[in-house]
Amino acid sequence: MEKHPEQIDWEKKLEESLIRYPERKEKFINHGGEEIPRLAVPDRLDDHYLQDIGFPGRYPYTRGVQPTMYRGRLWTMRQYAGFSSALESNQRYRYLLDQGTTGLSVAFDLPTQIGYDSDDPMAEGEVGKVGVAIDSLADMELLFDRIPLDKVSTSMTINAPAAILLAMYVAVAEKQGVEISKIKGTIQNDILKEYVARGTYIFPPRPSLRLITDTFKWCTEHTPEFNTISISGYHIREAGSTAVQEVAFTLANGITYVQAALDAGLELDNFAPRLSFFFNASSDLLEEVSKFRAARRLWARIMKERFNASKPASLMLRFHTQTAGYTLTAQQIDNNIVRVALQALSAVLGGTQSLHTNSRDEALSLPTEDSVRTALRTQQVIAHESGVTSSVDPLAGSYFIEELTDRIEAQASELIAKIDKAGGVVAAIEGGFIQRQIENSAYEYQQEIEKGERIIVGVNEFKIEEKTKPPLLRVNPEVENAQVQGLKELRERRNNKEVQEALANLSVSARNSSNLMPEILAAVKTYATLGEICHVLREVFGEYRG
Amino acid sequence: MAEQKKTHRVLIGKPGLDGHDRGAKFIARALRDAGFEVVYTGIRRTPDEIAAAAVQEDVSAVGLSLLSGAHLSLFPAVVRALKSAGAGDIPVLGGGIIPDEDIVLLKEAGINAVFTPGTPVAQIIAAFRTACETQEARRN
Repeated sequence: MEKHPEQIDWEKKLEESLIRYPERKEKFINHGGEEIPRLAVPDRLDDHYLQDIGFPGRYPYTRGVQPTMYRGRLWTMRQYAGFSSALESNQRYRYLLDQGTTGLSVAFDLPTQIGYDSDDPMAEGEVGKVGVAIDSLADMELLFDRIPLDKVSTSMTINAPAAILLAMYVAVAEKQGVEISKIKGTIQNDILKEYVARGTYIFPPRPSLRLITDTFKWCTEHTPEFNTISISGYHIREAGSTAVQEVAFTLANGITYVQAALDAGLELDNFAPRLSFFFNASSDLLEEVSKFRAARRLWARIMKERFNASKPASLMLRFHTQTAGYTLTAQQIDNNIVRVALQALSAVLGGTQSLHTNSRDEALSLPTEDSVRTALRTQQVIAHESGVTSSVDPLAGSYFIEELTDRIEAQASELIAKIDKAGGVVAAIEGGFIQRQIENSAYEYQQEIEKGERIIVGVNEFKIEEKTKPPLLRVNPEVENAQVQGLKELRERRNNKEVQEALANLSVSARNSSNLMPEILAAVKTYATLGEICHVLREVFGEYRG
Repeated sequence: MAEQKKTHRVLIGKPGLDGHDRGAKFIARALRDAGFEVVYTGIRRTPDEIAAAAVQEDVSAVGLSLLSGAHLSLFPAVVRALKSAGAGDIPVLGGGIIPDEDIVLLKEAGINAVFTPGTPVAQIIAAFRTACETQEARRN
């Protein structure tokens, strides 16, 4: 049968690009020496295939954002980590890099995420607990000590004060002598899901959106390889949403950020290519694969049809995935390794760009070094042994997968239309619509477990009495005192006149409409603390109370 | 004579900065379904705010949920805040990601019961019922 012109064209363009971007291996073969096809396609390409499935690296991107996917480059293996002090976290990062992780992902403690210094009364008990405590540029310098910022990419899970942590990262890069236009990474910078799912908000929605569009604009001009936002469904799912709700609420948030940036006068095709996404990989393997494919297609259609984006990069939904924390059990924790492997497999079959695999002991505490290594090895086994990376989007064309992909897209579109009708995401948050939807789904799911309708192995079935307890990671309780002491010394050591001037300038900028990034960057360079900078912004913007 | 069944009033609180409230909301709703009157504080409340709400709402028990690892500081802080507010008799129950060895410490600090992931909700409801009944008998 003759090849469809679309396929001939795709193959021709691919040949050209392979010269510049060769695949990882000259040949991908099975055990037996047969070559594995790069892309399997039906003999006859019908309308459904051409319009809804298409070719990888082409609109509507159902089959992936790159033409060769993992044959070209594997996903980034990026383990979310950070605890205690900058010094201890730095050691964990360097351990992970030695073990073959290919990107860093910084977990900050809650005071940092909510803009309090370690010596703030609100920080009591929380310093260094769920992530690393960063009070000032001095901590950030320690955090990335001996880690060359022109070589690694760094993802930072930071939202309300994202602009400040980005500024600190930029300042560290400059001190290392790295050209800041070369730095790679991501700030989460997604405040909308904080109001409905994660809770680390500081300011009300409108000034928060301004901070976000300010970073979009500044990064477009200064750090073009940095992802300015990671629009996150992960936490929405963790809070209890269904797969469809995860897609719908995430893309609805994405629409809101795009609109806010357009309203702030930014050019769509300048900032849209640096938008990135973050999804959850939960336990229903085929539903999750379909979800990733549906999300990619729906976003491409939204960007094209709703916003008239023209650059291909503006249409592509690139995403990070983390396996589902909420599915981990405190019982028979080794079972979690299997859960994580299946979830990670769904993310790879769904075409993720980077992946975090959870550790087996995370229903009990932060993971130990051994558990983290097993989690990373799980990704390496999928990458190098499972064979699923040899062919692009290998589940395409399965009746079940395509039907489920279509259904998730259609249902998510309907839900987005409902949010539009309710006046958009901010109104839907203020009215509690999104929170109620998530809460209801969470309640139903948990009731199914309680009633035994949903089996969770080791929890409500197949139980055993466990005699031995696994070793757990304990955060050094001295870290809070050490941070407080460090802050005291910093405030004596730095030039406080410079600090006060920088904070006063920031206050002025916050009251008018100029971009806040330059003033924030100037302030962090004087070693003004995160808490001091947030205090200035709190005074101008006010605080959100959930 | 048929005994009039009294409705128990409880407060579910989220102390500290942790925003993970899936568990807290589930327990609040499950208690409501089981006939309790439930006040949920919302996330990011200080120990003093939680104690003040417990006194104002005149509850028979307080449930705390925390997944950030700050339970050794914040659960006892709520117990102390209740004492300062003259309501040291209100039993405090807690749940979250809490290692076994911390449970002993929390009980020593005056926490009535501690629940970890995977605990059946029926068991949690029963513990609240017992705590409320004991407290109400003490007050009457």
